[in-house]
Amino acid sequence: MISLQNVTKIYPGSASPALDQITLDIEKGEFVFLVGPSGAGKSTLIKLLFRELLPTKGEIYFFGRNLARLDKKALLNHRRQIGMVFQDFRLLKQKTVFENVAFALEVLGKPPKEIEFKVAEVLEKVGLAGKEKAFPEELSGGEQQRVGVARALVKDPLLLLADEPTGNLDRNTSRQLMELLETLNAEGTTMVIATHAWDLVDRMQKRVISLNQGRLVRDEKRGTYGHEF
Amino acid sequence: MNFNSLRYCLRQSREALKRNFWLALVTSCIIAVSLIILGGFLLLAVNVAQVMRDVQSNVEICVFLYDDADQDWLAGELQRLEGVETIRFVSKEEGLAEFGRSLGDAALLAGLQGENNPLPDAFRVTVTDAELVPALAQTMRELEGVEMAEYGEEFVGELLKITGWINRFLVVVGLLLALGAVFLIVTTIRLSLMARREEIGIMKYLGASDWFVRFPFLLEGLAMGWLGNIVAVFVLAVVYGKVASTLQQDAFAFFLRPVTSPEQLLPVFLGLLLLGTCMGGFGSLISLRKFLRV
Repeated sequence: MISLQNVTKIYPGSASPALDQITLDIEKGEFVFLVGPSGAGKSTLIKLLFRELLPTKGEIYFFGRNLARLDKKALLNHRRQIGMVFQDFRLLKQKTVFENVAFALEVLGKPPKEIEFKVAEVLEKVGLAGKEKAFPEELSGGEQQRVGVARALVKDPLLLLADEPTGNLDRNTSRQLMELLETLNAEGTTMVIATHAWDLVDRMQKRVISLNQGRLVRDEKRGTYGHEF
Repeated sequence: MNFNSLRYCLRQSREALKRNFWLALVTSCIIAVSLIILGGFLLLAVNVAQVMRDVQSNVEICVFLYDDADQDWLAGELQRLEGVETIRFVSKEEGLAEFGRSLGDAALLAGLQGENNPLPDAFRVTVTDAELVPALAQTMRELEGVEMAEYGEEFVGELLKITGWINRFLVVVGLLLALGAVFLIVTTIRLSLMARREEIGIMKYLGASDWFVRFPFLLEGLAMGWLGNIVAVFVLAVVYGKVASTLQQDAFAFFLRPVTSPEQLLPVFLGLLLLGTCMGGFGSLISLRKFLRV
């Protein structure tokens, strides 16, 4: 599904690469943790997969298509196949839970009936049924992140990218969120999650790709967070 | 962009206009004022053009003859020229009498009768089309026995020069105002963009197309342009209608016949509508190009 070949990313004005000659493959349906200290290159890798950035060297393929060679329309289609979850949730404060999730479908020009049906379905799935009319500030951090997950999922993405999704959540809420992501993965959505939550990584025993100073230092099928950094 | 997207964009524009209501209103008012000035100039120009046509169509060519000219032959030649409508022979005696009447006191010309009459015999020629006057006058000057052929080109020239200056002045003022209005639209749209910066950032992550992001802002600018337009066209139509009907009823202003034909007025009003729309769209596009990276 995803293939990175000798991918290097150097930001303008920076002497050292944010990512240095990364080669890896991710299969459809996998659950992958990206781990490593701050500045290891996890967020850069997420941005490259979303094609928010282009690699300085090397190629990234998504279902066989080189992401560097996408025209505008293909780029739009690529991004529509990906759901993004952020550490700071990025919800619109003036919109209700329903409106925040519906926004993802409105942007794609879906009809109101379909929006209503799908939003209700996905809110049920993430455990937020009954909170449709609440505003983000009336929700707990965990609930807000569930809205973020619902917004990413409502358009049925093939891949869900999450950058530190539990970064602003307490341990218990983080565990519940990871369980939710695991369930969604079991239903077929491929997950790539950058995280510092070592206890959850250790407990879930999923594939772990470890980065340090832009280099791939470990890639284990059923790994742990590791203590190399 | 499908119907659902269009509906979403319309809703977004409406919300943005509500949020920046006063700024949008001021922008629309400035657009209206600049269009009223520009439209007023255009209506003036249409009327001046009509006055010019009237003046020119009333212009007679005065063909002065040498004393030994063959009047019958010349009358035939003049009649044969294409575009000549009527010719009237004015003898030197009639000419002097007319001149006396125009001075208001024939006694002033005492002693100029008979052999002392300095005026030549003449033909007064009217033409079918005012535009033919200069060329016909030139042809007549070349006929044998014709001393000169005049039609008051200096007067017409002066009139054209003055109206040209007035037109240019009004165009410059109107364009400066229009430019000011466009910059105000740029500012309003920029504020709108800043208010929705977070939303635009999220839209990108949700896979919104560039046009889906841009279209509500373009609509917002167009709406301001249209509002200004409607106000300007309404004000101009009412004021012009009043002025025109007053002039038509005023016996002392019989020489000023305002243009009232829809064929001449419609292009002015349609042109204003188009201009206001373009100003709105142009202002939005500048702002989107400058401040929105999607």
